[in-house]
Amino acid sequence: MTETADTTIVNHRPFSAAWALTWREIIRFFRQRNRVAAAFCTPLLLWGLFGTGLHRAFQVGDQNFMEFYVPGTVQLILLFTAIFATISIIEDRREGFLQSVLVAPTPRWAMVLGKLLGGSLIATVQALLFVALALTLGIRFGLGTAAIIVGWLFVSAMGMTGLGFFLAWRMNSVQGFHAIMNLLLLPMWLLSGGFFPIPASDAQSGIGEMIMHWIMRCNPTTYSVAGLRHLLGGSVAAGSAGGDSPLWEPSFTVCAVVVVAFAAVMFWVSCQISKQSTAGDLL
Amino acid sequence: MNSPAAIRVSGLQHFYGDRCALAGLSFEVPDGEIFGVLGPNGGGKTTLFRVLSTLIPPRQGEVALFGMGLPQQTAQVRGAIGVVFQSPSLDPQLTVYENLSHQAALYGLSKSVCETRSAELLETMGLTDRRDEFTKTLSGGLRRRVELAKGMIHQPRLLLMDEPSTGLDPGARSDLWRYLLQLRDEMGVTILLTTHLLEEADKVDRIAIIHEGSLVALDSPDALRAEMGGDTITLETDDPPGLASRIQSQFDVSAAVLDGVVRLELVEGPSWVPRLMESFAADVSAIRLGRPTLEDLFIARTGHRFWSGDDGPNEVAANRRKAKRRH
Repeated sequence: MTETADTTIVNHRPFSAAWALTWREIIRFFRQRNRVAAAFCTPLLLWGLFGTGLHRAFQVGDQNFMEFYVPGTVQLILLFTAIFATISIIEDRREGFLQSVLVAPTPRWAMVLGKLLGGSLIATVQALLFVALALTLGIRFGLGTAAIIVGWLFVSAMGMTGLGFFLAWRMNSVQGFHAIMNLLLLPMWLLSGGFFPIPASDAQSGIGEMIMHWIMRCNPTTYSVAGLRHLLGGSVAAGSAGGDSPLWEPSFTVCAVVVVAFAAVMFWVSCQISKQSTAGDLL
Repeated sequence: MNSPAAIRVSGLQHFYGDRCALAGLSFEVPDGEIFGVLGPNGGGKTTLFRVLSTLIPPRQGEVALFGMGLPQQTAQVRGAIGVVFQSPSLDPQLTVYENLSHQAALYGLSKSVCETRSAELLETMGLTDRRDEFTKTLSGGLRRRVELAKGMIHQPRLLLMDEPSTGLDPGARSDLWRYLLQLRDEMGVTILLTTHLLEEADKVDRIAIIHEGSLVALDSPDALRAEMGGDTITLETDDPPGLASRIQSQFDVSAAVLDGVVRLELVEGPSWVPRLMESFAADVSAIRLGRPTLEDLFIARTGHRFWSGDDGPNEVAANRRKAKRRH
């Protein structure tokens, strides 16, 4: 036995391990050009097409559809990131990379933090680029608000990436994931108040509106969209107060509480689920 | 110095549903040994590897690495072991160095230590000029070397390797073995490797042969062969059971029929060849004399061929056996 056997160069540094995983996510993202294009151009295209196409048919409060649709497009960008975070977990598993992370002394929360942080930073930057485009529409905000927007996008992204991680962990094929995307993630976005406003639920509402109202009200992404709408200075409720179809909108405080809580809960459940071993770990 | 064994397994059992993968396995591996786990596919060695590499927790029985119990001290164990999986674990989108530095970060290595270790390992593995190439562009053999460097980056005391020779050409295999011996001799690293290759099992210090989740033999390859005693004679014929019974009645030795050939285990085999041929030349289409191999031991202990049913490349193994015995 030599002296090397008694001294170890291994240290307990969960944050540097988490950062390494984050860095890897970012590097991989930029090395896969098609991902960069898909994640940014698709929402942009949808925004351009729907915004222009529905421009005349749709007026919410004092906003035209182009303006109304900005927070919804941002949410779509975040959603796409969640989808990529999901796919990247499945890929890590399939490529075998994950198993070497699983047998490293890194705590599971650091692994989850690294993955979520990587996905969220990418999403935040993309969403910011899009928000910058909104300036061309005449949307104006101060530096303070800009800083809050950055934080807002980041926390929202953490929630969405966390959701993606949670859904992906037990999955070992990309095929299975398509079902999740169509049945859960896309409806979540459609019913977030980003694509059409949320109907109010009061004495005059029909049963359909009431159901829609409550589904949308229970959807966590609704608060991410509404909060951003507040930050960008738009409001759907303001202009519709006297209208014949009242709309519902949560206050900014409620939005902030829900968005932060959603991110925290998603991080927690991701940590919990990652402690379970799945059949997919064993290649 | 009375240090705890590198690996101590006692009464380890594992079930997948109703199927028993490990049926109460017990063995010890002292510090500084190259230990082989040999067995046919599906015999339980992969399950054992998964337990030792902390991928699945032991449910029944005790497992301790360097005196640290699993699953209680999983985090400490993980820091002390290096794992090289059979399936690739490299990130194809990263370069060789990026793969290593990422692994180093997972083990909390400082930046300077990571630089030094990477440079050392790349040098040893002959990968220095490949440092900045993407791993997806490397050949299979080079990728295995990067896997090994990745497993060794944090200077583990115990290296676990699952089927390390899979996909390596003979040259790369002998390079791998040179490196493993160097690790054991110069660094005192304990190495456990699983293999289904009988030739490879011959190179280790001690070997455990596992069949259907149980230990069928445990010793050095030489000792195991010596235990077998004499030589093996195999006879090819059109009527193996008939020939076997006639040999038994004429010479009073036991003759077994396995896979359509008659097998005899005899002391002083060479002297038996002319005697057998004298009596049965007309029935025998081929006769072979061989020193006992680990496969013979496996057959003697389990009553099965090493490769059976759909488990392995029967023909390949058979050809290899033939080639071996011709030598």
